[in-house]
Amino acid sequence: MSEPIIICRDVHKWYGQFHALRGVSMEVQKGEVIVIFGPSGSGKSTFIRTINRLEEHQRGTIIVDGIELSHDVRNIAAIRREVGMVFPQFNLFTGLPVLHNITLGPIQVRKWKKEKAEEIAMQLLERVGIPEQAHKYPGQLSGGQQQRVAIARALAMQPKIMLFDEPTSALDPEMIKEVLDVMVELAKTGMTMLVVTHEMGFARAVADRMFFFDQGVIVESGTPKEIFENPKEERTKLFLSQILHH
Amino acid sequence: MTSTTLTTGKQEILPPPTERYTVLGWIRKNLFGSWFDGILTIVGLAFIIYAGVGSLRWAFTSARWSVITDNFALFMKGQYPLEQVWRLWVGLYLLAFVVGLLWGVFVRQRSFTAWVLLGAPVLFALIVLIIGGSGGWLSLLLVDVLAVAGWALARWQPQRTRRAAITLLILYFPLLILIIRGFGAEGFLSLVPTNLWGGLLLSLLIAVVGIVFSFPFGVLLALGRQSQLRAVKTLCVIYIEFIRGVPLITLLFMGQVMLPFFLPSNVVIDRVIRAMVAVILFAAAYLAENVRGGLQAIPKGQYEAADAIGLNGFQKMTYIILPQALRAVIPVLVGQFIGLFKDTSLVALVGLLDLLGIARGVLANPNYIGRQIEVYVFVALVYWVFSYSMSYGSRRLEVALGVGER
Ligand SMILES: Nc1ncnc2c1ncn2[C@@H]1O[C@H](COP(=O)(O)OP(=O)(O)O)[C@@H](O)[C@H]1O
Ligand SMILES: [Mg+2]
Repeated sequence: MSEPIIICRDVHKWYGQFHALRGVSMEVQKGEVIVIFGPSGSGKSTFIRTINRLEEHQRGTIIVDGIELSHDVRNIAAIRREVGMVFPQFNLFTGLPVLHNITLGPIQVRKWKKEKAEEIAMQLLERVGIPEQAHKYPGQLSGGQQQRVAIARALAMQPKIMLFDEPTSALDPEMIKEVLDVMVELAKTGMTMLVVTHEMGFARAVADRMFFFDQGVIVESGTPKEIFENPKEERTKLFLSQILHH
Repeated sequence: MTSTTLTTGKQEILPPPTERYTVLGWIRKNLFGSWFDGILTIVGLAFIIYAGVGSLRWAFTSARWSVITDNFALFMKGQYPLEQVWRLWVGLYLLAFVVGLLWGVFVRQRSFTAWVLLGAPVLFALIVLIIGGSGGWLSLLLVDVLAVAGWALARWQPQRTRRAAITLLILYFPLLILIIRGFGAEGFLSLVPTNLWGGLLLSLLIAVVGIVFSFPFGVLLALGRQSQLRAVKTLCVIYIEFIRGVPLITLLFMGQVMLPFFLPSNVVIDRVIRAMVAVILFAAAYLAENVRGGLQAIPKGQYEAADAIGLNGFQKMTYIILPQALRAVIPVLVGQFIGLFKDTSLVALVGLLDLLGIARGVLANPNYIGRQIEVYVFVALVYWVFSYSMSYGSRRLEVALGVGER
């Protein structure tokens, strides 16, 4: 096996006195799709946000694409160029039209020509199925459409890794599918993905490995088959039974 | 959900009902809705008629407006030499062109544009009256033509003019000061010392310079106050809180009276410039607090998304955070600018001859004893016209920029 594209070793994170991540270790290979699940407050968001330094970890090592996350802003900038992120609340830039939301990063960070950036942005909007919305403002779109724009915005930077933090948790049921479909397509292209989600259908269909988080630690991990058919830990069993037969 | 929205086949789609008012219906609904409303309406009406008739009678019978007409040029431009008034016109021409450009680039609203193209001549006619003499109607026409030319140019080449328009706007103010002030003893743009600037011209210059320079300074202070760097933050807080703690008039006095004690005796700073600096320093502190309010209203998610796509701090602020924050506080900022414009009248108290200073000077002339009311009514009217235009313009600007819609 080649060098993992993400290496986390014994990652700890405190919010004030509160110990939110208590020694998380994970290695992700290029092209893997990882699903992270677990109860609310277990540190899932905190963990994936440490990978692009939206949260700073205080102990342990995180190496992304061969670059170690440290206080060096150049390292942080280099990693953020290669890592895209999708947020639960979309976080589109409300003051900019959809197209500018997508082209801003490529033009400012990648230094592409405007024409090139717009061409690629339109291709991405095509891919997520909403090219006709390019000139609207985010507030004029439905939640599902906004989240698809957010995915296009992250992809426009041509990242090597995509992080998804509960991308469908704020969506109405009929919109969840349109976003998951885009993510499934993306997984098929060989993108390395870390997805925090409770959409177990998605996990079963595309995840290579799953990680169960509870109280800031990884309780159990395995392939979807192992997790769904033969969970080892009591806590995993209990949690799965809660979310699968509610 | 109602059945109408569910059954699409059978029921027709109706336009929303329009409310129709007759004049009488409107009056009954809005002025005589209840007996209490009725009484208020009648009392209010009686007062308006009483005060209105009284004022009009005074204005047309007992008031003697010659004090205004005789000194009109003085009120408008102080002692600025008549043979140099063309320079003020040049300043206006440039302004018209720059505003036209900016208009074409930034304002997308047709009806608004139509309003401005019609309204501008009226406004300029007013200004012609104000500056008076020399150019007259031909100059007015040129102002309007230049504004429309700028607008058309921007419409024709929006991409290319965008940057040019902003550059011109930034260059405009130093250039304006250069044109009005001039340099060298004689020749093409001979020096017109600032002690000759006066009247409305001086009030407007102090206000405009105050607004233009306090704006970037205030934004920087607001950002500094949010900075992670302790030293920067502390400095900004101290500055803002100190300035907000003292009245403008004390700053003006410090600038005029105390500053010379601290400077070496061979360094002389122009009095008008000292007043301008005091106004800038003062306005910046208040502006910083208003901008900070706008910054605090920006959700955390906007910062995070900007970080996540790899923007650096400067890009994040200029492309994402500041535009939203500033758009949100436009009404407050315009309110502050109107206040600043009116506050410039305080410079009269430190001996500068702005509109109010000239008014006091005119009243000190024995020929015009007892004409206080005429003079102060006139001064108030001039302030009102400008303040109201700013306030009206800002409301239209909000609509044009879609404040509150996104
Ligand atoms: N900014 C913060 N300040 C303080 N505590 C926080 C902060 N963010 C998260 N936490 C706490 O850290 C824990 C983990 O949060 P999070 O990673 O968001 O959980 P999850 O995404 O699994 O629901 C929670 O107990 C939460 O209250
Ligand atoms: Mg979370």
